[in-house]
Amino acid sequence: MATATAPTQTLHTIVVYLEDEPGALNRVVNLFRRRGYNIESLSVGHTEEANVSRMTLVVRGEDSTVEQCTKQLYKLLEVIKVTDVTDDSIIVREMAIIKVTADKPESRAEIMQFSEIFKARVLDVAADAITVEITGPEEDVERFFALLRRYGIKESVRTGRIAISRGSVANSAI
Amino acid sequence: MTLMESAPGKTARTTAGLPLPLAANRFTARELDGARILCECLIAEGVEVMFGYPGGVLLPLYQVLGEYPEIRHILVRHEQAGGHAADAYGRVTNKVGVCMGTSGPGATNLVTAIATAHMDSAPLVAITGQVGRSMIGKDSFQETDITGITLPITKHNWLVMDTKDLAETIKKAFFLAQTGRPGPVLVDIPKDVFQAKAYFPGYPTEVKLRGYSPTIIGHTRQIKQAANLINQAQRPVILHGHGVTTSGAYQELADLAEKADIPVISTLQGLSAFPSAHPLSLGMPGMHGGIHANHAINESDVLIAIGMRFDDRVTGNLKSFARNSKIIHIDIDPAEIGKNVPTSIPIVGDVKNVLQVMNKSIEEKKHTEWREKIAGWKERDTKRRGNEMDRRGILPPQFIIQKMREVLGGNAVITVDVGQHQMWVAQHFEFEKANTFISSGGLGTMGFGLPAAMGARLAVKDKNVPVWTVTGDGGFQMNLQELATCVQDDIHVKIAIFNNGVLGMIRQWQSVFHDKRYHSTPITGPDFVKLAEAYGIKAWRVSEQSEVAPVIKEANEWPGPALVEFLIPEAEMVMPMVPPGGSNMDAIESAE
Ligand SMILES: Cc1ncc(C[n+]2csc(CCOP(=O)(O)OP(=O)(O)O)c2C)c(N)n1
Ligand SMILES: [Mg+2]
Repeated sequence: MATATAPTQTLHTIVVYLEDEPGALNRVVNLFRRRGYNIESLSVGHTEEANVSRMTLVVRGEDSTVEQCTKQLYKLLEVIKVTDVTDDSIIVREMAIIKVTADKPESRAEIMQFSEIFKARVLDVAADAITVEITGPEEDVERFFALLRRYGIKESVRTGRIAISRGSVANSAI
Repeated sequence: MTLMESAPGKTARTTAGLPLPLAANRFTARELDGARILCECLIAEGVEVMFGYPGGVLLPLYQVLGEYPEIRHILVRHEQAGGHAADAYGRVTNKVGVCMGTSGPGATNLVTAIATAHMDSAPLVAITGQVGRSMIGKDSFQETDITGITLPITKHNWLVMDTKDLAETIKKAFFLAQTGRPGPVLVDIPKDVFQAKAYFPGYPTEVKLRGYSPTIIGHTRQIKQAANLINQAQRPVILHGHGVTTSGAYQELADLAEKADIPVISTLQGLSAFPSAHPLSLGMPGMHGGIHANHAINESDVLIAIGMRFDDRVTGNLKSFARNSKIIHIDIDPAEIGKNVPTSIPIVGDVKNVLQVMNKSIEEKKHTEWREKIAGWKERDTKRRGNEMDRRGILPPQFIIQKMREVLGGNAVITVDVGQHQMWVAQHFEFEKANTFISSGGLGTMGFGLPAAMGARLAVKDKNVPVWTVTGDGGFQMNLQELATCVQDDIHVKIAIFNNGVLGMIRQWQSVFHDKRYHSTPITGPDFVKLAEAYGIKAWRVSEQSEVAPVIKEANEWPGPALVEFLIPEAEMVMPMVPPGGSNMDAIESAE
């Protein structure tokens, strides 16, 4: 029955619609802690519908574990809908804001150049630092980070992944 | 509505005996304070009994409780016991049990009981008082974050922050607790929410919960596939759990088993849903299950798992569990499917519903060869059991259970505590009537037995049906304070203490797996007979085989609570036994 090869752990993107109620987020996070699922990232916000939040979770695990995880999520009363969109055709985005050291004219120029290539926006410029915003798939954000690291990153913040399906079919709470 | 109409023939009394005005405008729309709204809601839910304990923040509720004589409030001696009593009341009636505790320690005392109900999917509503709204979050006196604490051990919980939300929340709580896979729900109510008034248009008739819609009807194609698989099976076995009881699928289970000639194995929690004496019954599997039951699972080609969740005490080491079987798994909770064991045919739905549909496609069969093979294994088990029973000069616990069954009959409701005595009851009490065995299986909570028997006694309306608890000398001492409750509220539970002077089950593990280092398992206790008498309870002590049946009979007929202490050997073990983490095929049959 069972195959000889060990099941592999992969990243799954899960979209969760949940009631916008106090404690709802707590329940989701608590569930992950309690059952030992690994959250890589989590982002949550309001939706087009009143009182409904949409959460994008990135979970690392074997397929069967992640399936268990979605079933457990469904058991939470506030959770309205759970979809594992990993294998769907989706657009994935993450945003990061990075404050990078730029105290030499050459580094300043290079940072501006890289930003242009990555379609990152310069948000603020100080005497010795530049703050840029990048939005894109995580790989782009990663690569941009890697490029800036050599100048010295003073501070940075990332949103975690958000995802939406391509085409005209809509995933919705109902 | 007049006073008389609202509660015919009843006079409300405070505990001090002072007459109180009855709530006059029962069931009519009006402004009411939260305390009265709660009472109205409980009555509308058909709550007849609740188990509670007062405290500061619950005072507004206790102030008006006497106006509602429809609700019998049992003052327990510890909130944990109230929780277990309500849990058992819920299990026996298949309705919701209700318990209540005050903020802080009252609420935390409920935690073990709530976790117990959660693990065993018992319908329970726990009501806790909370400090006033403006005091929340300030570490106020007796403030505790009980919704936070019980988050992972409730089906859901609520903190009610507005009196106008109270009725709807109670409605939701009761609905959730008893539908789908049942479970405990907690409602936390601040003191001033009890006091504030709100317009109460009557108890809501429906609930809206968009994130909740349990699947009742099974998937037709999967049911058909399952039936086909069963029809082709050479060595089928049914393994059922408590889900059969929850959904009341006794007849459907028996129909399936009898029509297709399939042996039935009942998990600990499933016991009593299928008669133990039925020729197809193989009893309990797993750690202390019969060798024949474990062998039957191991050699089956199709395993029909019904309303159960493949607990590790049932499966033993998963790597060697039912290796050659195709597994059909029927359960109302989709998250149980595939959780521990890979399934060939999953069916999510209410067990009764699914079986009704499936049975239509089941062909009549005879599995003579297969049944004979199992009978061969069973013979060995029967012999071992006979030897256990038949010992002179001591009081074998197995023998006591057998006598209890003979004297009390197949209608008796038995609650158990946790330990060796629990397993002996499971192995030797031949359950006949459905839903007559109440045990903390999932959490294994010592101290469960006595309060559970109180809940069961109040749930069983027919006074002629005996309600007994079989408990250990250790577990009994965890909630023995409830003897006083039995006396004050005239609850006629019968208590059988299996006194071996040790925490027997733990000692057994020390004996077999931990080098016989009997650390902290010898346990003393009071003179249990004198203790009972001190509470005003009739009691007996039994040490001879010849006394067993007559004393059980006498205690059973005694018109009040009664206690029998049985002196059993310290070194007695529960056999067979699968070593923890081991394969069910590697059970040991004696300690030597
Ligand atoms: C609250 C709690 N604490 C500890 C345990 C662990 N435990 C399981 S069985 C057992 C011994 C029970 O002793 P007793 O009640 O005398 O029953 P016996 O096994 O002797 O029949 C213990 C300590 C438990 N199940 N529950
Ligand atoms: Mg003991």
